[in-house]
Amino acid sequence: MSDEGIKIGVTVNGVKREAAVEPRELLVYFLREQLGLTGTHVGCDTSQCGACTIHLNGCAVKSCTILAVQADGAEIVTIEGLARGDALHPMQEGFREKHGLQCGYCTPGMIMTAVYLLKTNPNPTEDEIKRALEGNLCRCTGYVNIVEAIKWTAQKIGGDRVSR
Amino acid sequence: MTTQHAPSGLIGASVRRVEDPVLVSGKGCFVDDVQLPGMLYMALLRSPYPHAKIISIDASAARSMPGVEAVLTGDDVKLNIPSPVMIPGQKMPPHPVLARGAVHAAGTPVAAVVATSRALAEDAANAIEAEYEALPAVVNAEKALEPGAPLAREELESNVCYTAIKKGGDVEKAFAEADHIVRMHITSPRQVAMAIEPRGAVAKPEPNGDLTVWLSTQSPHRVRADLATSLGYPEHRIRVIAPDVGGGFGSKGPLYREYVLACHFALKLKRPVKWTATRSEDFVTVIQGRDQAMTSELALKRDGTMTGLKVRVVANLGAYLCSNTAGPPQRMMAMAPGCYQIRNVHVEVVAVFTNTVSTGPYRGAGRPESVLNIERLVDQAARELGIDRLAIRRKNFIRPEQFPYKTAVGVEYDSGDYEKSLDEALRLSNYDEILRYRDAARARGELVGVGVSTFVEPSGGAGFESGTVRVERTGEITVLTGSSSHGQGHETAFAQIAAEKLRVSMDHVAIRHGDTMAIQQGVGTFGSRSAVMGGGALVIAADRVIAKARRFAAHLLEASHEDIVQTDGGFAVAGVPEKKVTWRQVAAAAHGRPLPGLEPGLQETCFFDPRREAWGFGSHVALIKIDRDSGEVKIEKLVLVDDCGVIINPMIVEGQIHGGLAQALGEAFREQMIYGDDGEVLTGSLINYAMPRAELMPPLTLGETVTPNPFHPLGVKGVGEAATNGAPSAIANAVIDALAPLGIKHIDMPYTAPKIWAAIKRAEG
Amino acid sequence: MFPASFGYFAARSVEEALDLLTKHGEDAKLLAGGHSLIPAMKLRLASPRYLIDIGRVPNLRGIRVDGDTLAIGALTVHADVASSDLVRRHLPGLAEAASVIGDVQVRNRGTIGGSVAHADPGADFPVILMALNASFTAVSPSGSRTLPVDGFFVDFFTTVLKPNEVLTEIRAPLPPAGTGTAYHKMPHPASGYVVVSAGALISRDASGNCASARVAIGGLASGPLRAQATEAALRGKPLTAKNIAAAAAQAAEGSDPVDDVYASAEYKRHMATVLVRRAVEQASERASKK
Repeated sequence: MSDEGIKIGVTVNGVKREAAVEPRELLVYFLREQLGLTGTHVGCDTSQCGACTIHLNGCAVKSCTILAVQADGAEIVTIEGLARGDALHPMQEGFREKHGLQCGYCTPGMIMTAVYLLKTNPNPTEDEIKRALEGNLCRCTGYVNIVEAIKWTAQKIGGDRVSR
Repeated sequence: MTTQHAPSGLIGASVRRVEDPVLVSGKGCFVDDVQLPGMLYMALLRSPYPHAKIISIDASAARSMPGVEAVLTGDDVKLNIPSPVMIPGQKMPPHPVLARGAVHAAGTPVAAVVATSRALAEDAANAIEAEYEALPAVVNAEKALEPGAPLAREELESNVCYTAIKKGGDVEKAFAEADHIVRMHITSPRQVAMAIEPRGAVAKPEPNGDLTVWLSTQSPHRVRADLATSLGYPEHRIRVIAPDVGGGFGSKGPLYREYVLACHFALKLKRPVKWTATRSEDFVTVIQGRDQAMTSELALKRDGTMTGLKVRVVANLGAYLCSNTAGPPQRMMAMAPGCYQIRNVHVEVVAVFTNTVSTGPYRGAGRPESVLNIERLVDQAARELGIDRLAIRRKNFIRPEQFPYKTAVGVEYDSGDYEKSLDEALRLSNYDEILRYRDAARARGELVGVGVSTFVEPSGGAGFESGTVRVERTGEITVLTGSSSHGQGHETAFAQIAAEKLRVSMDHVAIRHGDTMAIQQGVGTFGSRSAVMGGGALVIAADRVIAKARRFAAHLLEASHEDIVQTDGGFAVAGVPEKKVTWRQVAAAAHGRPLPGLEPGLQETCFFDPRREAWGFGSHVALIKIDRDSGEVKIEKLVLVDDCGVIINPMIVEGQIHGGLAQALGEAFREQMIYGDDGEVLTGSLINYAMPRAELMPPLTLGETVTPNPFHPLGVKGVGEAATNGAPSAIANAVIDALAPLGIKHIDMPYTAPKIWAAIKRAEG
Repeated sequence: MFPASFGYFAARSVEEALDLLTKHGEDAKLLAGGHSLIPAMKLRLASPRYLIDIGRVPNLRGIRVDGDTLAIGALTVHADVASSDLVRRHLPGLAEAASVIGDVQVRNRGTIGGSVAHADPGADFPVILMALNASFTAVSPSGSRTLPVDGFFVDFFTTVLKPNEVLTEIRAPLPPAGTGTAYHKMPHPASGYVVVSAGALISRDASGNCASARVAIGGLASGPLRAQATEAALRGKPLTAKNIAAAAAQAAEGSDPVDDVYASAEYKRHMATVLVRRAVEQASERASKK
């Protein structure tokens, strides 16, 4: 334990980053404040809302419940890492196409969870989608159009696969 | 790939939102995203006691901790949250930004710290030692009225903040002559607004003495005025910016203590100060909704004609008055008779202080309570009189030809066709078929119910809204609206209106909002008011700009301005389409060499105040089934038919209904802020306060009728609260319909599984 | 919202973790996935002086068959338990319990060992593991010992594990033919924790009667409870719906749950009978298919 903190190395959105962090620094604040990736949000303090969802080594996790030091050596993708230049990720497009967001605060976490869902289950049923969203709270949309957005994206990605 | 709509087809089109590309990319800017050099962070020590005398506060340890720049208590800061008098005679005990002498609700801040990091600020706040002497607390408003009840505010003589009465007709006569009187006592659960973005503030002192404040607020201008009053700082030196705001639902309307404290520290230390609420803090500090107890009597003739209504509302205000705390209970006064012709009405509101979080507007803000009250009464009346519940509604509906209709409480409804709405809901729900389904299930011993609610909902109140339309030198259009968005899609819907009015593409319109330095005085977004009020202001401002632009066009085209007509993208001489000018040419003329008789510039502002609310309405039908084993209630079918007049963007309207519905389902099945009898907070986190999740959303059918608002330039009415207003009552009526065969007359929401199971068990003995 | 300051060690082996535990004693806490500990630390309900992170210790994650036992490494995350073919084939009740913990993100991070050692009264694993007659391998500087599930959970957030022990493995007997398992839960609508839950392990004999039954209930006490009256009532009886219902009706016997804000003690006792019935019915059905 030293004042300079503990050195960690992580790969975030494809870029290697090294930093010194205090042990108590939560991963979400490391991303937001040290790396300036403010797309990952904090909506609660009890690991319920999912606004802070990111991908850690390919899995959707809540970055508010992980210490930055625990992420040492990990591969991280945040909402900022989905688009390719100006081209939105199909899930981001889907959320826009289907009006899957209103205030936009839960949206990054929702999208990260949704992307993870399609990675593990490319053709989910409506019930499977709803269940996959159990760790993400939205207060604006009533989830209806979030579910629609994920269906739309699943179809679009599936279609792209077929056409390839 | 932007969906292209001709300017003439924009109003009424499901245009995808302009806001979204930024938000889906994580590039939005919410208050907590604002990072400034040298910024300090604020943390608060809050009282765990609901009611206590403060004996001492020892902050010496905190003051000497690393990174701590300042610590303040109520002895150091004597600022208050201003509460406007809303009701004559209303009691106004102080609402200090830091408690002085006593605390009156758990969560009241007693000391504030600023330090160089969030964690250090929190460490220091935890190191402050406060000693209290507990005082008796009262949390239930009806109990607070009982003789001998503890005083929530010990400086007052009673717990009553105000009593207000509204009446019309001859109520006593109606009840004396009634064939039948239905009596009910109904309470609405206290709900937490739960915008997913917790509140936050960043205060930055500017070198010239100005103060820039980023706030997660629904009403930048109103909050700025209250902030100026609270700080004693000139309003025109304060710039409030509402950047991206992560939901509000009413709760981000008022000025909060923490905003004043952040500004106070910033001015004192001459450094930027940030404060971001934790979710747990928001649970005990953000205004909460509902929590009204209604005791009502409905007088009827044997044939079901409703002749009289008496309502007594006991409203729980909490301990401290925010700027809008006194508002929601009064909604009942204007809308108690709902969509029915009841000519004799007496409504009394008793608003009560308790040792709880302040209440205030939360999506619906008095409307859901009022709808619940009248719709439960009407269903119960039908049951007691042996009349079909649809027949009793049809018999008493205000009829389309009666509009504008002045109710017994003196309010004028603008337009409506309630039967048409009901018929549409019945059609979409296959009403007769679901009744047969219910009856067959009932015959098998299952608990199945069908419920209907028919309701009116006022929108667009609370004064004026402003809109400015400015044609820039290049002909691009800038709209400045006083109506500040927090998820409603203003940048899209208002651009649709402006583009259609000015006959340009949406790309030529930029909507600006949420910055008091850029925008003329405005009011904000709440109470289903933006499309009605902000939209109305915008249309009138656009018309004024067009009128002036025609004069410039007339000069350019050497024609009389009466002969100038609008074309796509500009103006032309009537009947000579090739004689035309673009907005760019008109704008250049307006900002160029002076023209005789014409003031330069193309900018017009409207402060729109129609001096009446817009009365939307709807009919909702629910089919529910109760699992006898667990008491769980499941919605098998839900049909919502809403009428919000002319629709600007159907996609956004549907989104508003979906979102309102989720909150309605929260109210109906899950959400309730609960305090123990001695005032302790029992549901102060998302671990014990249950929010709707995706799996709660039922099979859903939306329908609409369109009855234009005759008193509005676009014909619109509000819709943001429609589902929260109507759906809980339909669900309540369905649940009671399922349980009525067991002899159950009423159960208050939320219908949690344990509660329903206990009610069944009690009824079945 | 932010944990109090602490010292952090990332252990590279069980031995190193044990050394650190020995050195720091009760000032230190083990950190695995952190999904119980970090929330408590954020709310400053827990403020350990030192955290020993065993999250990256090799060989503690994974599921394997070890003779007649299914062995699950303590660092195996819930999602892996839920989706494991081995678990689903042999002990579907365990996979079901894993699949209803928290949410997707929590299941990707929370570990079975952390859940067992934390002994939250609202946790799922202790209930199903009690029904499955599991045991736990704990390692200390003086060696390794195996702890049976009966008697392991002693109170709220308390097990028989000693401060200098590391839980390394969760072991559940592979059930013989004619055995079925199931787990049913009523989750709290906010937290997702157990309001009441029931796990069952039912074996049928050749004639279709109940040869053995282990039934555990969560939510009625500080930890999982055996529904011994139900087990006794089932033993030797034909596994008919009627017999199961009669046995399940005794599920809450001897328990003394408490009222809470969401559910009354009476409701919890009632739901225990409902969930035990459902779990035993499903386990019996599975037993008949194997």
